[in-house]
Amino acid sequence: MRKIWLIIQREFLTRVQKKSFLITTILVPLIFPAIIGVLVYIMKKEAESAKAETVQVVDESGKFIFENGRRFSFVPLSIPIEQAKKVYNESKDFALLYIPPFDINKPEGMIIYTKENPSIEKVGGLESILQDRIRDLKLEEYKIDKATLKGLKVEVNLKQINLSDTGEEKSSNSGILYGLGFGLGILIYMFVLVYGIQIMQGVIDEKTSKIVEVIVSSVRPFQLMLGKIIGIASVGLLQFTIWIILITVLSTGALGYFGLKMPQKQAMEEVVKQVGDENVKQAMDQQNSRINETLANLGEIRFGKIAFVFVFYFLGGYLLYGALFAAVGSAVESMQESQQFQFPITLPLLIGYLGLFMFILRDPHGSVSFWLSVIPFTSPVAMVGRIAFDVPTWELALSMILLIAGFLFTTWIAGRVYRVGILMTGTKVSWKVLAKWFFMKG
Amino acid sequence: MDALTVKNVSKIYSEHKALDNVSLTIPEKTIFGLLGPNGAGKTTLIRIINQIINADSGEVLVFGEKLKPNHIEIIGYLPEERGLYKKMKVGDQLLYLAQLKGLSRADALAKIKIWLEKFEIKDWWHKKVEDLSKGMAQKVQFISTVLHEPKLIILDEPFSGFDPVNAQLITEKILELKENGSTIIFSTHRMETVESLCDHIALINKSKKILEGSKKEVKEQYRSNTFLVEHRGNHFTLPADKYQVKSQTKIEDDLFSTTIQAVNGIKGNQVIRDLVDITELYSFQEKLPSMADIFISLVKGEGDDALKKHLQEV
Repeated sequence: MRKIWLIIQREFLTRVQKKSFLITTILVPLIFPAIIGVLVYIMKKEAESAKAETVQVVDESGKFIFENGRRFSFVPLSIPIEQAKKVYNESKDFALLYIPPFDINKPEGMIIYTKENPSIEKVGGLESILQDRIRDLKLEEYKIDKATLKGLKVEVNLKQINLSDTGEEKSSNSGILYGLGFGLGILIYMFVLVYGIQIMQGVIDEKTSKIVEVIVSSVRPFQLMLGKIIGIASVGLLQFTIWIILITVLSTGALGYFGLKMPQKQAMEEVVKQVGDENVKQAMDQQNSRINETLANLGEIRFGKIAFVFVFYFLGGYLLYGALFAAVGSAVESMQESQQFQFPITLPLLIGYLGLFMFILRDPHGSVSFWLSVIPFTSPVAMVGRIAFDVPTWELALSMILLIAGFLFTTWIAGRVYRVGILMTGTKVSWKVLAKWFFMKG
Repeated sequence: MDALTVKNVSKIYSEHKALDNVSLTIPEKTIFGLLGPNGAGKTTLIRIINQIINADSGEVLVFGEKLKPNHIEIIGYLPEERGLYKKMKVGDQLLYLAQLKGLSRADALAKIKIWLEKFEIKDWWHKKVEDLSKGMAQKVQFISTVLHEPKLIILDEPFSGFDPVNAQLITEKILELKENGSTIIFSTHRMETVESLCDHIALINKSKKILEGSKKEVKEQYRSNTFLVEHRGNHFTLPADKYQVKSQTKIEDDLFSTTIQAVNGIKGNQVIRDLVDITELYSFQEKLPSMADIFISLVKGEGDDALKKHLQEV
């Protein structure tokens, strides 16, 4: 035991003391808030500094009344278009808009003249101003007022309630559950791959630097393999914990600094300020009650249980695949050579990952979802994706027991291949050779 | 007591026999040469002693005890395929390897200091192995092998990669270790090392042990009663029932060198007595086979008689 502990310590310390560990551990959580921060900052600056563009208008139809807005200010010209072009060319204005007489059922012939290629956004802005006005004209023609039109709009939200066996009502929100399942599933998939490859790299390094024979004259190969797997797992857990803490702190800090609240709420307030319309206020109240409901649903989700299940499958999946990665590392002499084995061993993980999108998130209680979340090779991704949707306790217990059995099994197989592989050099490795090593006597 | 006893050890890999019923006895406080061509089974035997692999049959006794896990603490092993963690500092590396061999941290630190001083490399503690030259790394590797003061030291081709100066330094340290009571097993095919250092040898060829004994015994066993004589004047006649002249070459003027084969039972003194009467002797020596001669002819697969014949002809 003392020796495994020494190995774990070495694997942990050599990785944690590396500059690259420090850099990735600090930079990754900085990247997300930094990107959000920079984008928000740029958008704010742009909004502040943006001046309204001046647009000269020759309106031959006489149907338009332009109001100066935040983005455009309009200068009506009552001269023929040919003359207006000359005036525009001598001015510094943004554009010249020409509106010929037209039929509102078939608005055609409008032209915008500019000196440079205008952005899609600006052209779109002008187009929507024109469209709004033409629509208003049509409404007038059909004798419909705006209020009637608003009243026609209907929105229905189904409130979801799970009826449990005991008849207890629990409201749920599949949107949140979907997001949670999706996020956690991907996290496990990435963790297993990234750290599994680190194990493999570590084993290959020991083999190619030829220290391995010195080490296995002091410890059993199995101890060396296990120590390495656990050591790297601790690095992963440490890094992960630091990320979560940093991301939480920094995101809160960044959002707080820019004075942002929940994005939807902010947008709503903005609209109310600008329009001050009764209807909108009503809509906002409705929206608010929905936000409150969502928050209430978040409270219903048992985060304690999910966190426990997540950590369990996080470690279980890592150990199961980590052992296989160690076995592959012991057999080959370079990362390139490992490619032929990497894909087959990660295939079940990939199936779990695809199954997450195709079955589990769509139909969490279907039979495919059940099998994916019970079979140890796919369960780390599948069960974590499914857990938010309230999995029956017996299924969870079965899946956990099978996962433990699964990683004991892969560790046993990997250990047998590993003990022979690390001492073999210059062998052309194939699946057949690996099988032979597995059956070889000590 | 014997440091190591190997009894009827066999090891079979799927395609071939790596060791076939090998038995060896290595006396305490000796330097033992384990000889044999590449692929003979030396490394397999060494790995069994180090408990890296298990024998299929037979047993190994270390200082009279059946091989058990904590024996690795009294064995120091320098494999032929050796290396160190490239990114680790010399001091940390030695500390780690010593702790794996069962030393406490404090104990290991104290011993590392002593050894770094012995090799006058105290200031290497914080150097990374990848920044060391090959010879420097070999010194660190040697220290890691003997740091835990093993009673049994197994060195597989220890001098490969050393320049003559460092090889001399390592040789001194090995002799010092023997003085201090360690038993050393050399696995090598460098015969000059065997001639100068080993007390006992064993020769393994094609998975079988074909020769074992003290260096003196082995040479004795393969002496061919051949003598090399330098003398003045080439005309003499030795009794044909006792001697046979194998060859004669002229050195200068009337100085000649003659190889004489005596029949069994005739000792060097008798030969001299017979010679002084008939010629003027300049020098006299018995032609003993070198370890290299014995090694080559045995490995070539010739039987004992053929070997003796071969040795007579050299």
